[in-house]
Amino acid sequence: MYVAVKGGERAIEAAHELLAQARRGDPQVPELTLQQVSGQLSLAVDRVMAEGSLYDRELAALAIKQARGDLIEAVFLLRAFRTTLPRLAVTRPIETGRMAPRRRISATFKDLPGGQMLGPTFDYTHRLLDFALAAGASAAPEPAGVPAEPGPMPRAPAAVDPAADVNGDARGPARALAFLDAEDLIERPPMTGSDDPPDITRDPLAFPAPRAARLQNLARGDEGFLLALGYSTQRGYGRTHPFAGEIRMGEVEVEIVPEELGFAIVIGEVTVTECDMVNQFAGSATEPARFTRGYGLAFGEGERKAMAMALVDRALRADQLGEDTGAPAQDQEFVLYHSDNVEASGFVQHLKLPHYVDFQSELNLIRRIRAGTPRAVAAEPEPAAAGEED
Amino acid sequence: MPDASDLHSSAPPPQRRRWMAVLAKASVTELERAWASLQDRPGYRFLRPPECGLALVRGRIGGSGDPFNLGEMTLTRCAVVLDTDGATGFGYVAGRDARHAELAAAFDALMQCATRADAASAIDALGAAQRARRREAAQAAAATKVEFFTLARE
Repeated sequence: MYVAVKGGERAIEAAHELLAQARRGDPQVPELTLQQVSGQLSLAVDRVMAEGSLYDRELAALAIKQARGDLIEAVFLLRAFRTTLPRLAVTRPIETGRMAPRRRISATFKDLPGGQMLGPTFDYTHRLLDFALAAGASAAPEPAGVPAEPGPMPRAPAAVDPAADVNGDARGPARALAFLDAEDLIERPPMTGSDDPPDITRDPLAFPAPRAARLQNLARGDEGFLLALGYSTQRGYGRTHPFAGEIRMGEVEVEIVPEELGFAIVIGEVTVTECDMVNQFAGSATEPARFTRGYGLAFGEGERKAMAMALVDRALRADQLGEDTGAPAQDQEFVLYHSDNVEASGFVQHLKLPHYVDFQSELNLIRRIRAGTPRAVAAEPEPAAAGEED
Repeated sequence: MPDASDLHSSAPPPQRRRWMAVLAKASVTELERAWASLQDRPGYRFLRPPECGLALVRGRIGGSGDPFNLGEMTLTRCAVVLDTDGATGFGYVAGRDARHAELAAAFDALMQCATRADAASAIDALGAAQRARRREAAQAAAATKVEFFTLARE
């Protein structure tokens, strides 16, 4: 039983003041600006937007500053803010195939049509601390390899190129797995024509959860949790033999169809990271064997997140694909009910709130046990179990 | 010219889609500058004052399959009517900048008037700047293009 406590207002006020001081740090040091957070801690901002499930760089930067860099607290702040805003529109699905990628790699085909671009990656760095950064000596580096005189980029005419955006720019290299698809060696993404996916922020999860609901859950799920689960599948708890078929990161246009206009308009761009994972085969007496896939998509630059998500997405399909199940990553309820770090953090951290009455009853119980009065123990219902508020 | 009594624009969607995209992707600073550069700036009133809310962003399963809900983004919308001829303009822009939505709506209204070549050229300039930025980003990314080769065993 949770019993409300009163009092402590002055202590709480003083604690919040202390928090504000701790947040500010040494007043001799200039205060962080949101532009600095957004520009120089951009991956923290991306993670907070992804798990906060709200794309707004400035708000995420503010949340990080306010939370003193505690990213889960920042996610919480962003989620809370989100509830204050009305939902004005639902976008058309973003078309990642038309992304102008800043990074695009494949671990399955070295000669990818359109080429592999490493982009701004930590891969192939030596992971040695760079003391030049500590000295603050990082003059903005020259943009790598940009020719002094940029040559004209060939552009397809808007009218004929179906992949062109509204400004007539052709975008997006072909998907790496397209030629596997041309040979019918890989399963196709589900295309039922449904255009009303479930929304787990409005309707509670029901099990078995459809894949669209699972992906929404994973997209806002905690990166650490998904990383560990994905890792567990690689180590044998629900093996899926994955290969990173294609990873791409870049900007995509977002479109809505306002009622008063009746046609689609672009409202802006978002940066996303996508991972198309290729996994071992499924087939049957009637269906030829085909590669299967797992899918990951995250707001911002979130490659580790997108990859882990793709692994877990694939693991959660074990049932549908007729594979052995039983590993944690294959268990829908286990995964989907524990992926949200705001819920998890709330429930774990509520343990520090006053539980004085609960604990009193436990204390009474153990005293009676120790006093050798088993009668009392057997006769009464366990007060803690019966009265626990959670 | 649109009929002044008609709320809906008669501008053909492809062109309008193009300028609305440019307006949405421009920064508010760029739009302020573009607005200030106009020869005469018509007065307008709000049909709907700027309002900030959310858009639920959808992705596609596997990148090309059925849609799923990826997350939300902030969105600000605004609608204005020009004092001069009653043309209506809409602004729908990512983010929470009320002024951005307002200027986008004002430009959209102005673009309904075939005579406002200055507005059209201001938007063209913004679009060109956006393409140049995109080209620069594409070139920077292209510089990281790799040719992996496998080492065959003899």
